[in-house]
Amino acid sequence: MQFVIPVGIVIGIGLLSGIILTVAAKFMAVEVDQRAADIAAILPGANCGSCGYAGCADYAKALAEDPSLPINACPPGGNAVALALSELMGVEFAGAQAKVAIVKCSGTREKTSYSMDYQGYQNCTANKLFYRGRGTCEKACLGFGDCVNVCDYGAIYIENGIAVVNRNKCVGCGACAKVCPNKLIEIVPDKMRVVVGCSSIDKGSVTKDICSIGCIACKLCEKACKFDSIHVIDNHAVIDYTKCTNCALCAKVCPTGVIHVHPKKKAK
Amino acid sequence: MTELAIIMMGAVLTNNFVLVKFLGICPFLGVSKKLDSAMGMSLAVIFVMVLATAVTYPIYMGLLVGYGIEYLQTIVFILVIAALVQLVEIAMKKHLPALHKGLGVYLPLITTNCAVLGVCILNIDESYTYIQSLINSFGAGVGFMLAMVMFAGVRQRIENNDFPIAFKGVPSILIAAAIVSLSFMGFAGVIDGIFGL
Repeated sequence: MQFVIPVGIVIGIGLLSGIILTVAAKFMAVEVDQRAADIAAILPGANCGSCGYAGCADYAKALAEDPSLPINACPPGGNAVALALSELMGVEFAGAQAKVAIVKCSGTREKTSYSMDYQGYQNCTANKLFYRGRGTCEKACLGFGDCVNVCDYGAIYIENGIAVVNRNKCVGCGACAKVCPNKLIEIVPDKMRVVVGCSSIDKGSVTKDICSIGCIACKLCEKACKFDSIHVIDNHAVIDYTKCTNCALCAKVCPTGVIHVHPKKKAK
Repeated sequence: MTELAIIMMGAVLTNNFVLVKFLGICPFLGVSKKLDSAMGMSLAVIFVMVLATAVTYPIYMGLLVGYGIEYLQTIVFILVIAALVQLVEIAMKKHLPALHKGLGVYLPLITTNCAVLGVCILNIDESYTYIQSLINSFGAGVGFMLAMVMFAGVRQRIENNDFPIAFKGVPSILIAAAIVSLSFMGFAGVIDGIFGL
């Protein structure tokens, strides 16, 4: 008997817990939406949030509940994901809007200079907060690479003091655009290849003194553009990408050469 | 009444489970990164601690002492606590999915958390009554919460600082935990002073 009671008690407690748990699991089962799980499996799972939802799982849930939502809102997934989603959900696919980041500063070390020998915390945001930037131009790329640190795709790097985007790797998620304290990075449609590499808000004469490539707001590009798509706003040229046709006439007339034309993207 | 207050204060401050007794370090280091998940985890721990005491105490006093098999204490307590936490998890998944997601792997980890098992066994060792045990468990949980919330604040300061590379990440957190623990050691004797013992 002295062995039966202890063993019996432990077995009894175990059995009882087992039964309670089984019943609880049965009664409080959470139905998992199979559709949402399937959609989440297709999405890249980077949780970058560029679709406008909190993460891939949230987007999948929203899609499963309301199939009329756009299926091409995932820039990192691009065409492949949108195609797979259209197949799964039986929705007509309109073609994903591929996007890419552009950097609106060209002030490399040869073109402009630092106004200080900054020794503090090597971080764009910190430098901007304390000293409004280390360059002579207030809107210059700070070059500490906050954007590089947040990029999940290795698509942006610092070269010669400024951020450069590798267009073949960039998926247009916009993580870099969010962290840049100077707001130099913009997300534009992938097919747009003409980029104004300057955001200077100084007057043309000042810009000319501190940066040999900066936009001097001469408005030659405005006159050259046949599509009314480039305008000088706040002392630098800004392209309206809804009108731009990649003709690159503006780049040809630009006296400082601050308007760049990127080569066509290689097919993936 | 005074006795219950002493037990409660003692469990929160002088015998703080995390910072003085060094029990339950795993969630303390794991979930203290964000304030809201630290709060959620602490609430879950308070709940589980009180519930576990409420269930294990009668089992010990009734079944184990009754049959003279106190040596089965550890295995029975582990069994009961594990089943309890599983139950809490199932209920939480159904009714509080956001908290469930936030706690992640740490909720199942409470099953084998030494703080929860520790509080059940210590209640027996101190030969508390049922009410005293419940108060002690609740106090231990509140102490856990105090430690977690304080440390979440400390960690936020750590994250924003530029540490030497060798100290980045876990080393800096462990050193900070040691300093916070040191400050809690200073509470020794405070209860005696308050209640004039």
